[in-house]
Amino acid sequence: MEAILFYIFATLTVAGAIGVVTSRNIVRAAVQLLLALLGVGALYFLLAAEFLAAVQLVIYVGGTLILIIFGVMLTARASSQKLQPSRTERIAAIVSAVALLAVLVVAIFEANFHMRTASTPGATYPVRALGQALLGDYLLPFELASLLLLAVMIGAAYLAKKRAADKDSQ
Amino acid sequence: MIGLTHYLILAAILFACGLLTVLTRRHAIGILMGVELMLNAANINLVAFNHYSAGDRLDGQIFALFVIVIAAAEAAVALAIFLNFYNNFGSVDVDRANELKG
Repeated sequence: MEAILFYIFATLTVAGAIGVVTSRNIVRAAVQLLLALLGVGALYFLLAAEFLAAVQLVIYVGGTLILIIFGVMLTARASSQKLQPSRTERIAAIVSAVALLAVLVVAIFEANFHMRTASTPGATYPVRALGQALLGDYLLPFELASLLLLAVMIGAAYLAKKRAADKDSQ
Repeated sequence: MIGLTHYLILAAILFACGLLTVLTRRHAIGILMGVELMLNAANINLVAFNHYSAGDRLDGQIFALFVIVIAAAEAAVALAIFLNFYNNFGSVDVDRANELKG
């Protein structure tokens, strides 16, 4: 059962990822990215990371992807332009990606991880354990993340607004 | 039986797809999508290692959580920069961002 579900979700994810690579239209690529992110979220469920799966759906699918689609729409006039790489660029990119994949696959099969093959039972209340770890061992990174989000909010608003000088000159 | 290797291979394929997207796209937002794919591949690795080795510890999941937060922050700043670039150049072709080229 677990194997069947894994292969279904893995196929969904890889199909989405390949769609992102091959789509000519940027909006289609965004929809394919949605498929890939949903597949990854489902894989988190299989890996007994329910909270992370929910976060993936809420933040990635509900937040980041919407942001990307907004970006596509706000730059819509440029999206119709032809933006294709040259033939040599494409060949070089494919060669380097395939080489990287080959190195990674060989490394994965060569490495001996000494893992338990069966999945571990894990904590009884994973979400409670996550919360306690976040406010215990990981308190400093947790607070730094909130600082980062504040800086990002201010920075993004400042970068995206039109400069007052530009408006005066127009 | 699905083991750690299955997830690692899947993450490797996802990472290669992300790299290919980054290298072949000239649309700035397309490159951002490739970066998101690569971050997701890394996250799969973290959660899989956590599931198959860590026992009661949840460190892998917490790392993945921070990666998601930072990916969202990165996407917001990147889109603000692209909007600014678009307002100045009327294009999202990354090859046109060459004003600082020596």
